[in-house]
Amino acid sequence: MSESITFRYEIPGDDFTRAGEASSDVKNKLKMMGVNNNVVRKVAIAMYEGEINMVIHADGGTITVDITDDNIRIVLADRGPGIADVEKAMEAGFSTAPENVRSLGFGAGMGLPNMKKYSDEMKIDTVLGVGTTVTMNIHM
Amino acid sequence: MTVKDISKIEGLRLAAEGNMELPVSRIFCCDLLSIAMGKAPAGCAWVTVMGNKNTVAVASLTDTACIILAEGVHLSEADRECAAGEGISVFETELPVFEAALALHRLKENL
Repeated sequence: MSESITFRYEIPGDDFTRAGEASSDVKNKLKMMGVNNNVVRKVAIAMYEGEINMVIHADGGTITVDITDDNIRIVLADRGPGIADVEKAMEAGFSTAPENVRSLGFGAGMGLPNMKKYSDEMKIDTVLGVGTTVTMNIHM
Repeated sequence: MTVKDISKIEGLRLAAEGNMELPVSRIFCCDLLSIAMGKAPAGCAWVTVMGNKNTVAVASLTDTACIILAEGVHLSEADRECAAGEGISVFETELPVFEAALALHRLKENL
């Protein structure tokens, strides 16, 4: 088996002017590596939604992207408030985003549903008051 | 239809020049970035009134061909430069969203 390539990003909290930089960087790197366009698009969308969620809800966090021959794994880890009701959070249209975020065009309650839609596997580990880790796999 | 063809539409002005040769797959209207993120088709011409840095980020990540800002909405110079740098052209117009999208649709049908 060949080696995996890992990229790691620190996401600053509450900075919408920089939100999306990590996802853009991964997108550009995958394109340069010659990854299939559709896979690149899935990774970019799923990761961006997770990145925005971290900025809105968790005061930032870390994102680790592991690339192997047949899979891309994205792990988003934060020390935010945790998700009280994961099932509810997965519903399209359910949102706890504040008004200032909505005025920017976010907070429509599509973040987690989009992440599920564009990843092949998604797992959410969350503990109230401790933080949330979302793991997504996208197959090549 | 390519992005270059769109510059022929009366009432649209080019605010950022990206890759003008990109083919336009579909015309897409949406102002909520969360929904655009999940639904914008690759290669689309995206008509919106949401003009901020995040609009450019969403367009870039979804492989949008160009952005059309309706209702007299503008992008800041920094954001226009960012869009052009990503290869995404930005048009601005005083037209409402529907009229702008209709003009795009008519152009696409007649080419």
